[in-house]
This record gives sequence, structure tokens and C-alpha cells, in this order.
Amino acid sequence: MSADVLTGLTVFVLALLVGVEVIGRVPATLHTPLMSGANAIHGIVLAGALTVTATATTPWGEVIGFVATAFAAMNVVGGYLVTDRMLAMFRSHRAPGRDVPADRAAP
Amino acid sequence: MTATDTAVHLVQLAGAACFVIGLHRMRSPATARDGNLLSAGAMAVVLLATGVALFVDNRVPATSWVVGLAGIATGGLVGAYAARTVAMTAVPQLVSVFNAMGGGAAALVAVQDLSSGGSAGGFPAATGGLGVLIGGVTFTGSLVGAGKLQGWVPGRPLVFRGARPVSALLVLGGIAGTGWLVASPGSAVALAGVAVAGLGFGVLLVLPIGGADMPVVISLLNAFTGTAVAMAGFVLGDTALIIAGALVGSSGAILTRLMAAAMNRSVPAIVAGGFGTGDAPSGTAGAPGAGQVRRTDVDDAALQLGYAQKVVIVPGYGLAAAQAQHELSELATLLGERGVDVRFAIHPVAGRMPGHMNVLLAEADVPYPQLEDLDEANPRFPATDVALVVGANDVTNPAARRPGNAVSGMPILDVDRARAVIVVKRSLGHGYAGIDNELYTAPNTQMLFGDAKETLSALLAALKALVS
Repeated sequence: MSADVLTGLTVFVLALLVGVEVIGRVPATLHTPLMSGANAIHGIVLAGALTVTATATTPWGEVIGFVATAFAAMNVVGGYLVTDRMLAMFRSHRAPGRDVPADRAAP
Repeated sequence: MTATDTAVHLVQLAGAACFVIGLHRMRSPATARDGNLLSAGAMAVVLLATGVALFVDNRVPATSWVVGLAGIATGGLVGAYAARTVAMTAVPQLVSVFNAMGGGAAALVAVQDLSSGGSAGGFPAATGGLGVLIGGVTFTGSLVGAGKLQGWVPGRPLVFRGARPVSALLVLGGIAGTGWLVASPGSAVALAGVAVAGLGFGVLLVLPIGGADMPVVISLLNAFTGTAVAMAGFVLGDTALIIAGALVGSSGAILTRLMAAAMNRSVPAIVAGGFGTGDAPSGTAGAPGAGQVRRTDVDDAALQLGYAQKVVIVPGYGLAAAQAQHELSELATLLGERGVDVRFAIHPVAGRMPGHMNVLLAEADVPYPQLEDLDEANPRFPATDVALVVGANDVTNPAARRPGNAVSGMPILDVDRARAVIVVKRSLGHGYAGIDNELYTAPNTQMLFGDAKETLSALLAALKALVS
């Protein structure tokens, strides 16, 4: 095994443990946004898709590169946006100006 | 190592740190949005650094740039459009589709690298084979899961004769194909075999699982995709992919266990499939307290709610299905203005997956301090005047406290301990567990039959008439 592979394995195992520690304490309220947010993070595969597209030398390789890049871009862009849309709705109090009856709006 | 390589590695390291900090900040509703934005910003910088490194490298042909940028534009636009327009009730299936895309991309990256002979050596070939296999499983599995939640694929467990032996053969075939890839890297036949095994197993894995268990399966497949991305990272020697993939792999696994535990199910039992067929023996035979169903009407229910001191609202999936969260929020506001103490009791699996109901109520502008989880809400029920159950079923069934039925041992909301219970529901139909709900025949329960949205609108009108 080369040094690069060993370093990669070390990083892999430590990142697994960090994931367990960080996620193990999230309240159930946030599980849906969290799943969606974690889903967006694996959209980093776009970096890999770009790398293999860059090295493609055949038309077939370019087709695979295009599909992989499009899939990964959809994952990362859509994933972050839908997570943000969900989290933007969490407020600790009602937004001002909404649902306030007219007779109570003015002091 | 060139200066560019060093810079890219440092950017990746900073990005990885931001992913961890971002996830950490998602522990609390107050900081969650910042956390996600931090993670998104870090992602943008890491991806940009990858692009810059390729540009500086100056060996990338122009066609590859066109192909890559066209891919980003296409996927990015579709993803952004879907994320912006999806109804909040359909978020679980959209996340599942995004997950399928990630898995598919990871598999294709590994396919491309292995077939072009880019990586030499046994370890990259082994991880590449696993990347194709796992990525294939999550691609088809997540699409079938999304189809089930959307109703395009029947939600009931689809079990075929011989499916299990075929599944086992596919897994063994995928592993054998990976071994073959290690022995002769770049073998197109082995690569195709692994891909077919993964894609086929993904379908067979999810088809026999019922719709109620689907969120847990999607979470599991999310973890799989993280692992597939990490495998692709090993193939390419890209540390950022390894870190991010491993983070998602372990977080997805933890989340899957939490979800399964909240539903009183185990992950192996869910994967074994076949639950929720509705043919489970009824658990009501000789049940204590079995009796007549009492009905009530909108005016009477409005009177009870309007003159209560303490009201706890228990929303369930029926509320989301009827898109009635805004009516419910308005009802809670109106009661609050009358001086009624209103709380929402959210069961961990209310909605389609843990936290889904919180999102739906947040969308309807309910402040999150009013939302209480199981442990906060249950001590409150004995002092509650009226518990209003809207579209929740199995999570309120007192039969769960007794052994010997489909919901035994499941954590429930102790709705039956409230002084009065009003249940808004279409019919006396069964929930996912397929058994009668003893709450409906309890002496303190009144049924308010009807569609959640229409009934709550009528209730709101009746309450307004009462106030004026």
C-alpha cells in the first residue's frame, strides 16, 4: 500500500468518526433539513465529475462526463437550495406584518 | 507538488472544516440556516478551486470545458428549479431524487476513471468497483423510493417470488466483479457486470419496502451515496471527496438509526421489507375500553376549543396530505388571541420523516417554541382540556402500551389522557400499521369526520362567529 492510500484511509476513518460526533446530537426537529443538507454535501462529487470530464479523450468519455457533471450539479445546487428554503422558515416568532389583525396592529 | 496543487489542497482542507462546522451549526434552529450557508459557500469555493486547478494545468481540451460547463449549467438549472418550486410536502421525494443523482454521478466518475485506465493498482480498482456498485444501488434505489413516495410506484411492499435469491446473486456478482476488476483493471465486461449488479440490486432492495418505511430507506441510501462518493475520492486520489463522502456516510447512518428507532422499527427489519401490507391481524380483539364511536360537529368542537384553557394540537401526515397546515396555524393564532394556551405536540415521525412536520408548520408561520416533542408534550396531556388530533393515527394509539400488536412498544403521544379529545379524520380507516386505533372508541374522544382542510376552515369560521 502506498503512502497516499494510507493517508486516504486515515482521513476516511477520521471523517467517519467526526460525522458520528457531529450528527449524533441534532434534535429531531432538524432531521429533515439535516438529511437534505448532508445530501447536498455529497454533491462534492461534482469536483470528481469535472476531473474525469477534463481527462476524457473519447466521445463516449465525454458523454459520461456530461451526464456525471449534470447529475452532480443537480445534487449540489438543488440540495443546498431546498435545505435553505426549509431552514428559512424556522423562526422563533411570527414575521412582523403577517397574521396581525388590523385592530391590534396599531397601539 | 506545484504551487497550485498546494493551494487547492489548502482550500479543500478549509472547505472540509467548513462542512463540519456547518453541520455542527445545524444542531439548533437559530443557527441552522447559517450553518447550511457556510457549507454551501465552502462547497462553491472548493469546486471553483478544482476548476482553477484544471485551468492552470492547461492540458484540458476545449471540448472538455464545453462539456463540463454544459453539464453544470444543465444540472444546476434543473436542480435550482426543482428546489425552488417543490411543495414542502414533497421534499422527501425530491431529496431522494437529488440523492439518486449524487449516487449516479459517483458511479459514473468511477466508471470513467476505470475504463480509461486512469488509475493503476489494486486499491483504486477495488474502491472504483465499490463506487460503481454502491452508486448504482443508490441511483435506482433512490429513484424507486421517490416514485413510491410520489405514488408513481405502488407504495405497498412489492414482493416477487425469487426476488431474494436474485438479490443475493446480484450482491455476490457485484463483489465478484469488483474482484475481477482488481485482477484485471480496465476489464469492460467486469465493469459492466458490476454496474448491472448495482443497478438491479437497487431496484430489488427498495421494491419490497412499504411506503411508511421509505424515509428511513432514503436516509440509508443517502449514507450509501456518501460512501460511494468517498470511494470515487479514493479512485481519483481526491481528499475532499473522501472527507465529504465519509462525513455523509456516517451522518446518514446515524440519522437512519434515529429514524428507525423513532418508528419502533429496526433497520434490518425495514430492509427485509413486507411491512404495512394491512393484512396484519387486528390487535383490537378483547381490547379494554372498546366501545362506541362518538361523533361531534364543527360548532360543538369550536365551542370546546374556544372555552378551553389549555389546548394541545397533534398534527399528523393527514394534515400535510390535505395541505391544511395554514388553516391549523390560523386556528392556533385565533385561540391564542382568546387567551387559550396552545401547544403543538410533534411525534418524532409525524409527517413523512423526522422533523418533516416541523418544517411544514414552520412554513405555515408557527413559531418553533410552540412545537413540543414527545418528552415535553406527554406530561402536559393530563392537564390539557382539549387535545385536537389532525390526521395523526398510529402515533396516538394507546394499544402501543400493550404487547402483542403491530404498534406495541412504539413511543406514542398520550393523547387519551387529555380531558377531551377531538379527532379530525376522513374515516375510521387504518394507519400504516394496519390496526384499529383504540383512541377513537375511548369515552373521552369525539370524532369530527371530514377532510382536514375543509374541516379546519369550517372550524375557523365557527370560532370566528363565536368570538364576534
